[in-house]
Amino acid sequence: MARFPILTLALRSIRNRAGTALLTILTVAISVTLFLTVEKVRHGARASFENTISGVDLIVGARSSAVNLLLYSVFQIGDATNNITWESYQAVANARGVDWTVPISLGDSHRGFRVVGTTPAYFERYQYGQQRSLEFVSGQPFDNLFHTVIGAQVARDLGYELGQEVVVAHGTGSVSFVEHDSNPFTITGILESTGTPVDRSVFVGLEAIEAIHLEGPTGAGSGLSAEELEAMDLTPDAITAFFVGLDTPVVALRLQRQVNTYPSEPLQAIIPGVALAQLWGIVGAAERTLAAVAAFVVLTGLVSILTAVLTSLNERRREMAILRALGARPGHIFSLLVAESAGLALAGALLGTAFTYAGLTAFAPAIEARFGILLPALVPGLYDLAIIGVVTVASAVLGAGPAWRAYRNSLADGMTIRV
Amino acid sequence: MSDVAFAYSARSEPVVSLTDLRIETAERVFLRGASGSGKSTLLGLIAGILSPQAGSIEVLGQDLLAMNATQRDSFRASQLGVIFQIFNLLPYLPVGANVTLPCRFSAVRAKAAAEAGGADEEARRLLGRLGLDADAVWAKRSTDLSVGQQQRVAAARALIGRPGLILADEPTSALDANSRDAFIELLNEECDAAGAALIFVSHDAGLADHFNRALDLADINTAMEVV
Repeated sequence: MARFPILTLALRSIRNRAGTALLTILTVAISVTLFLTVEKVRHGARASFENTISGVDLIVGARSSAVNLLLYSVFQIGDATNNITWESYQAVANARGVDWTVPISLGDSHRGFRVVGTTPAYFERYQYGQQRSLEFVSGQPFDNLFHTVIGAQVARDLGYELGQEVVVAHGTGSVSFVEHDSNPFTITGILESTGTPVDRSVFVGLEAIEAIHLEGPTGAGSGLSAEELEAMDLTPDAITAFFVGLDTPVVALRLQRQVNTYPSEPLQAIIPGVALAQLWGIVGAAERTLAAVAAFVVLTGLVSILTAVLTSLNERRREMAILRALGARPGHIFSLLVAESAGLALAGALLGTAFTYAGLTAFAPAIEARFGILLPALVPGLYDLAIIGVVTVASAVLGAGPAWRAYRNSLADGMTIRV
Repeated sequence: MSDVAFAYSARSEPVVSLTDLRIETAERVFLRGASGSGKSTLLGLIAGILSPQAGSIEVLGQDLLAMNATQRDSFRASQLGVIFQIFNLLPYLPVGANVTLPCRFSAVRAKAAAEAGGADEEARRLLGRLGLDADAVWAKRSTDLSVGQQQRVAAARALIGRPGLILADEPTSALDANSRDAFIELLNEECDAAGAALIFVSHDAGLADHFNRALDLADINTAMEVV
C-alpha cells in the first residue's frame, strides 16, 4: 500500500462493492461507447462528405441554387433545372484562365444507378479525398461509343465483370419503363472503391448519350448500328453541367462572376468547397443534434455513478468514522469519495473506448461498403484521450457532492459510529 | 481536561461538562457510563475530533486546542489508538492491511513499527500476542472473522506503532464473558508492554477490577445532571 493510501483505499473499496461497481462501470462504458461511435461516424460522414470532390475549381450548370447544382452534379441527388448548351460550354471552356473542363450529361440510369455521360478526361481529372485520383480495379476508360466504365458499388451489387453488357434506361428512377435496349454497352473498366457517389455511377461517353437519344429523348434508342452511329457527328447539343479546372485558383472568383452574368444563357458557377460548406450547414443540424443526444447519454452514465456513491454513503459512515479515528483528515474522506467516482468513470470510459474500437474494427468495412463512410483512424487518438479525461474529471466534479456530504458527516459523527 | 464544556450546537444543551479529569502516563482507566451519558463524545474530545466550546484539553503533554484541525488529525494518527464497540475493521481490506493501516497515515507510527522490525512483522507479532494465528488470518477478510477475532485485530491495529494513548469505546460489549475477560487482559498486557495509557469506556461496572482506576462518568460529567 502506498504511503498516501487514499487511492489504494478507493480501489479496494470499489473492488469490495464489485457487483454495483461493475454495473456502474458498464453503464458508463455503454454511454461512452455510444458517444464515441456517434462521434466517429459523424466525423467519418463529414470527412467522406467533404472529400467527395477535390481538385475541381468550379462547377458550372444551369442557374438554380448552389446546393442544388452541387447535389445533382456531384452527389447524384435531385435533377438539374435545365441543360446548358454546347456553345455556352465551349465559351466557358475556352475562357482565359481555364486549364481543363469535364462535361457531364445526366438523366439516364441503369437498374437504379445513375448513368453519367462524360469524356475519358473525367477519369484523369476527377479527384476525391486528399487529391486522390480515380483508379481502375480492372480494365480502362472507354474508347468506343458503346463502352462503359462502372463504379465499385455497381460492380459489387450487380455482380458485374468486364465484358458484360448493360442496357441504359431513360430516367433516373430505380424502375424504368423505357430502355435504350437497342444499344447495349460493354463494360470495359471497373473503378476502385472511393466512398463517394462515383462508386454508384455508370459512366458512358458523352456521344453515346447523344446516340441513344437520336430518336428523341424518350425513345427506345437509335435503330442505327454502332458502326453507323460512330460515323456520325455526335457532338451533343446540350449537357447537364461541367467541372472546371483553372490555371490558378486566383481566377476562380472572376470566372465565377463572368459565368453568372453570361448574357446568352442563365448559367451558374459554384466553388465546390463553398457549396459543400453551405450544404453541411443544412445537414449539420442533424449531426449536431445526434451529438447532443449522445452527450446527454454520457451525462446519464455519470449520474449513475453519483447515484451509486450517494446510495452507499449512509452504510459507509462506519468506514468514515474508522478512518477519522485512524487519523484520516476530512480532506482524505472527501478525496476518497471523489477518487472512487473518478475511478469508476475512468474504468467505464476506458472500457467504452475499447468497446468502440473493437466495434469499429469489426464493422468499418461493412459501414464503408454500405454507406460509403470511411471511418477515421481505428486506433484511439488524442480526441479519445480527451473524452476519457473529460468523463473522468466530470465524474470527479459530480462526486464532489456526495464527497462533501461524507465530509460533513465525518465532522458531525466524530468517532461515533452510527448505523 | 480542565473546565471542558461541549455541545453539538450553540442552541443545544451541553453533552459534556467537566471541571477536571487527569489520567497519568501508562495508566489504565476504566470509565463507566450509562447509554447517552456522553462517553463517545468525551472520547471524541480526547481524540481531537470534536472541539469543546470552553476549557482546555492536554494529551501526552500537547495542548489540543492550540492545534489547528490538521495538526490534531496528525496528532491523533501518531499518538492515539482507537478500538470501537463493533465493526472496527474496513471490510475491503484484509486483516494484515487493517492492522498496518495506521502506519500509512502516520510517519511517526510507521517509524516506530519499523524500529520494532517492520510494520508487517510488528502486526504479526501483535496479532500473535493477542491470541490470533497471524499466518492464518493475515490475508482473510474481516468479515470472515468472528466478532472476538475482529476485536483482537482492532486491538492490534490500535497498538501498532506504539501510540501513547489507547481509547477503547465499549470494545467488549459484543463478547461473551470468557472472551471479554481474556480480551481485556490481553489489551492490558499489550498496553503495559507498549507503555501506553488506556481509557476503557463501558456501561458494565463489573469490568472495573481489570483496571488501575475506575471513574463513573456521572460523577465527573455535570452536563448529564442537567439532562
